[in-house]
Amino acid sequence: MTGGWYEPGTSPLHRAPAGVKLLVLLALAATVLVLHSPFLLGGVCAVIALGYASARVTPRRCLRLAVTLTLLVAFVFTIQGLLLGPAAALTICLRLVAAFSAAELFTVTTRVDAVVDTVENALRPLRRFGVRPDRVGLTVGLTLQAIAALTTIAAEVRQAAIARNAAFSVKALVVPFLIRTLRHSDELGQALAVRGDDDRP
Amino acid sequence: MIEFEGVGHRYGDRVVLDRVDLRVTERRVAFVGSNGSGKSTLARTINGLIRPTAGRVLVDGLDPARDGRAVRRRVGFVFANPDSQIVMPTAGEDVAFSLRRSGMSKRERAERSIEVLAEYGLGGYADHPAHLLSDGQKQLLALCSTLVLEPAVLVCDEPTTLLDLRNKRRFVELLHTLDQQIVMVTHDLDLLAGFDRVIVLDAGRVVADDAPGPALHHYRDLAG
Amino acid sequence: MSDSRSLSPADLATTVVFAAFIAVLGLFPGINAGSSGVPIVLQNVGPILAACLLGARRGTAATALFLALTAIGLPLLSGGRGGIAPFFGPGGGFLLGWLLSALVAGLVVARLKRRTLPVLLLAGVAGAAADYLVGVPFLGLYTEDLWSAAVQSLVYVPGDAIKVAGAAVVAATVHRALPNRMAGAAT
Repeated sequence: MTGGWYEPGTSPLHRAPAGVKLLVLLALAATVLVLHSPFLLGGVCAVIALGYASARVTPRRCLRLAVTLTLLVAFVFTIQGLLLGPAAALTICLRLVAAFSAAELFTVTTRVDAVVDTVENALRPLRRFGVRPDRVGLTVGLTLQAIAALTTIAAEVRQAAIARNAAFSVKALVVPFLIRTLRHSDELGQALAVRGDDDRP
Repeated sequence: MIEFEGVGHRYGDRVVLDRVDLRVTERRVAFVGSNGSGKSTLARTINGLIRPTAGRVLVDGLDPARDGRAVRRRVGFVFANPDSQIVMPTAGEDVAFSLRRSGMSKRERAERSIEVLAEYGLGGYADHPAHLLSDGQKQLLALCSTLVLEPAVLVCDEPTTLLDLRNKRRFVELLHTLDQQIVMVTHDLDLLAGFDRVIVLDAGRVVADDAPGPALHHYRDLAG
Repeated sequence: MSDSRSLSPADLATTVVFAAFIAVLGLFPGINAGSSGVPIVLQNVGPILAACLLGARRGTAATALFLALTAIGLPLLSGGRGGIAPFFGPGGGFLLGWLLSALVAGLVVARLKRRTLPVLLLAGVAGAAADYLVGVPFLGLYTEDLWSAAVQSLVYVPGDAIKVAGAAVVAATVHRALPNRMAGAAT
């Protein structure tokens, strides 16, 4: 599976099971929501930074995260500083930084197929409600193919809109795109029916 | 007149067009070549859908990279799949959509649309849902929505791909009755009867440029 | 309708293709609105559009699939963002809220039966409001103050209003263009 934001590596964080990492992440997010002290929250952020160091996340990736976080913090701190005062704004921003960067660390260190496997396992108890865990991988693959097909369609539709001097018309851009999307879904539905993918186990 | 002066185009490392020099004045011109030969890209530089990364194109002296809107008023474009270019729900509304900046009143636009539809074989279909038309009729509608603006040039990119044999023949016959200069992009050699000039492209270069007979002979050799 | 325990090939196809549709709305550069040339990313009305065309059930399913693919690490959100982090940021609730958005918009369309512009506009507004209903309290978890979270979220209201209006016009046009197809689709 390609296109993910995973960065290959061999660190303990890379090797830890995806399910465990996910539970830790959720626990961490819950923890920062109950903490108020900027020192404790700062400590959590420092631990996450250590996580980034141990996973040897590339500087380029760290820089991109830093830019995202800076913009986020500038926006939230300004508004919440005005509304709730600087102390509360600091707490809010530290919570966001901690939760966001921890979640990003999960994505960076976890392969997409590892996540898919975990999801398949987690969904197993839902079988009796009609959920088909074994189809998760198939669905992901089909969606990636559909994205490729629709990207081509969107490019064609955009050219057609430009050719009609309607490049700024939302209607000219989105209506034909949606109609071709509906047709594509009809064709895919027929292809799947022919292949017999509606067979029950 | 359409002039290509050293027109090149590349996506990253891949060269799609390699220094194409042409002066096109004939009324019926075809760009022929296999998939990936660059024929579609070359046609799309005529109305600025694709900008050359080298050289320039001039349509009656206007550069589509600079005066895109003005060029596109002169150059109509018909795509392989009419669903890409049909915007409005009914045939009449779609033709009228082309006239939205013409200064005509809504009623005048509707009347003009009905006339144009009738002229090209869709008389009585003005209120018909565009997407319930047959494939052949949809391509005619795309043609009507283009011709209503009375362009001087009509570029058709594989316009018969989705049509059956009968509709294909009808469409091509109709094209031959038009006053417009026509640039046809195709790999379907059946379409080229009556053309004045056939330009064969391969790997982004012009490899033959002649009357249909000799040019197609060359193209068949190329296809092996 | 079909047995809820099985997913027909047609259902699977619409779910997959409309999840892809939402992705392409975000990936595709240059879907601009208005002659100002300011790029307006339409991705967040994708779930509403999907629900207005497919109905609540399939619209919500497509949205859920899109969000799931994003969460497992595919960079499908506008600007090439992806992974689980966006769900933990201040806008995380607005992302999860897309589910309720699709559900509400789809139910409004189903309930009112007719697919006219006013109906679709109402569905769009209700869908967008449902998104705020999830997004604001989620942000409130971080701020511990619902009011300040609501004020912060006001920033998005003007843009969303324009996009919802655009989405309603588009949906009404598509319904008129394919009149037969939609009959009975909204369940």
